[in-house]
Amino acid sequence: MTTKTTPKATADAPAGRTLHIHPVSRIEGHAKITIRLDEQGQVADTQFHVTQVRGFEKFVEGRPYYEMPSITARICGICPVSHLLASSKACDSIMAVRIPPAAAKARELLHMAQFVQSHALSFFHLSAPDLLLGMDYDPAKRNVAGLLEEHPDALRDGIALRKFGQTLIERLGKERIHPSWTVPGGVNNPIDPSVRDKTLAELPGAMAIVGRTLAMWKKAVDGYPAEIESFSNFPTMYCGNVGPDGSLRLYDGNLRFVGPDGAIVADQVAAADYATYIAEATLPNSYLKAPYFRPVGFPGGIYRVGPLARLNVADRTGTPLADAELAEYRQRYGRIVQSGFHYHYARLIEALHGLERIGELLDDPEILGTKVRAHAGVNNNEGIGVIEAPRGTLIHHYKVDDNGAMTWANLIVATGHNNLAIGRGVEQVAKRFVNGSKIEEGALNRVSALVRAYDPCLSCSTHVLGQAAVVLQLEGPDGEILDEVGTV
Amino acid sequence: MVEKVKVRIDGEVIAATAGQTILEVARANSKYIPALCHMEGLSATGACRLCVVEVSGVAKLVPACTTPVAEGQSVVTSTPQIESYRKIALELLFAERNHVCAVCVSSGHCELQALAQEHGVTHVRYPYSCPRLPVDTTHPRYVLDHNRCILCGRCVRTCAEIEGAHVWEVAGRGIGSRLVSELQRPWGEATTCTSCGKCVQACPTGAMAEKGWAVEEMTKHKTVVSRLTSMREGS
Repeated sequence: MTTKTTPKATADAPAGRTLHIHPVSRIEGHAKITIRLDEQGQVADTQFHVTQVRGFEKFVEGRPYYEMPSITARICGICPVSHLLASSKACDSIMAVRIPPAAAKARELLHMAQFVQSHALSFFHLSAPDLLLGMDYDPAKRNVAGLLEEHPDALRDGIALRKFGQTLIERLGKERIHPSWTVPGGVNNPIDPSVRDKTLAELPGAMAIVGRTLAMWKKAVDGYPAEIESFSNFPTMYCGNVGPDGSLRLYDGNLRFVGPDGAIVADQVAAADYATYIAEATLPNSYLKAPYFRPVGFPGGIYRVGPLARLNVADRTGTPLADAELAEYRQRYGRIVQSGFHYHYARLIEALHGLERIGELLDDPEILGTKVRAHAGVNNNEGIGVIEAPRGTLIHHYKVDDNGAMTWANLIVATGHNNLAIGRGVEQVAKRFVNGSKIEEGALNRVSALVRAYDPCLSCSTHVLGQAAVVLQLEGPDGEILDEVGTV
Repeated sequence: MVEKVKVRIDGEVIAATAGQTILEVARANSKYIPALCHMEGLSATGACRLCVVEVSGVAKLVPACTTPVAEGQSVVTSTPQIESYRKIALELLFAERNHVCAVCVSSGHCELQALAQEHGVTHVRYPYSCPRLPVDTTHPRYVLDHNRCILCGRCVRTCAEIEGAHVWEVAGRGIGSRLVSELQRPWGEATTCTSCGKCVQACPTGAMAEKGWAVEEMTKHKTVVSRLTSMREGS
């Protein structure tokens, strides 16, 4: 951690200051948080900035559309599969093909492997240091090294669970990070029976890890009343994909928006119609755009995506064990769970659902089908692909000319949808924990932990390149930077 | 009567036929010399300079693909200096345009990539020129990506010498040289193109590819050109 204090801050301005958290650590990408204090030293307002831009939407212009899956997968090394799949679906739409059933199942299997590994990474590697060691734990040890000392079994579980997902991705796609298996029209090779057999043999171990972790978390979660109360605990709309029966859908499905009270506001919105409901605003001081629910307008149309939102939106998960956990979760917190702190709990339920889906898909004989790819040229000049990435709804929207060259692209990623909610959440948690004249490390960490609860992928959301981190800055009423604290 | 000559390649005395090039004689005798612009069945141009070798009595390195063998000639195919020059030639190819293997259809099947790996090109010591180059997607079946073109001219020679259509030519000079189809008409509008696709098969990189293949999927039939030539010569 680095601390930088402008001498003038302590000399002349004991009150009326702004805190900047920069860089925010243990997230994907680069962010800065500004907290402005009033003359009484109370939080006046906050801003969440994403500070870098990558320009994917621009530099893909001119490329053949069928290169888009591999190009956009390079947006991120954590969930490249999400971009591969959303992009492939957009390309399927440009080709006007319905991919073979075996290919759709194969893609979903890859996606579930991605869910398991990504949720394991978020819960264990990134957030467990806060959750298991404590928000106020020594920051020098509040990381995986500290977990190794204090909770080696939990850390081992996290590593093993992530490995299970990554190994399945590698077995299917030949590479763990940027597999080239998913292509426009389907996948480029059928699944080998040995992949099914090895994965089914390992599945019970992974299920046991998630079961243990859920049991542990259900005991521990009530020890965080202040965080539950203040981590983005405010009403918003929620968005996620559901099937025709309203059950959770991660690979396919249609969008559903529900209001803060759980009332369905829009349902079964096809990918092609997303723009009727979602518009994007540009914010000052951030490269991350802010999508909002178009019928309500900006900024009132704030909605959330991701595990918390999906479990609010869906009637059920559709798999038995996850549904049982969902019932208990709703019994504890109600049908609509509002606190952003419960992203963690929701993430674990989704990891369980992902494992159950892996079992169901592998038990389906069609998963080994050999007809896995449709070939076609440009049959539509526009294509939209929507999936639920681990962090939330991911939309790839492309336009191509008649020769297949990209003329326009728009990518709306999970963290973008959550941008407004993260911003408001930062304000709420800062008002609860940041107080006046000096930056307490625990307060700094809680603001960062709020951001981490959303598991934001800022590299994805701005299609940004940079080191992972957040900086907290303290700013006077006239905008002067008085104090700066950063975690690395 | 065919004139026979004796040459020494890496110390080994080899009988050859007058008029053969050093590269031909070396390859016929299992001596490895790397090459990129050379393709069996096409005329040689000496464009890529990867096949440079030392020849006794010649002060500078010469391209093996265009240098004929001569009686008593002694050739060395690999020295630290030669390897260093080959590596420089490869690095300059990478620096000249936008070769991004990670998203290329030919990754894993690319001659440039394979030679770079073989020569230990782990990074490029020269500044990338990052030119802004177009992708010609106008042909219904094939695509030309200038970002990945190394101007080896294999497509030009294939089209002229094998297909006889003369669609391709290199226009411009120096760093501004560009492959053009039919006097700079888009490929899809080139009236002389027969869409035979032999240029695509001859291309050593992902510059020319069949449409619709995703990353790493474009495998090429490298023997098409040489097989056609040998069959014609045999008839």
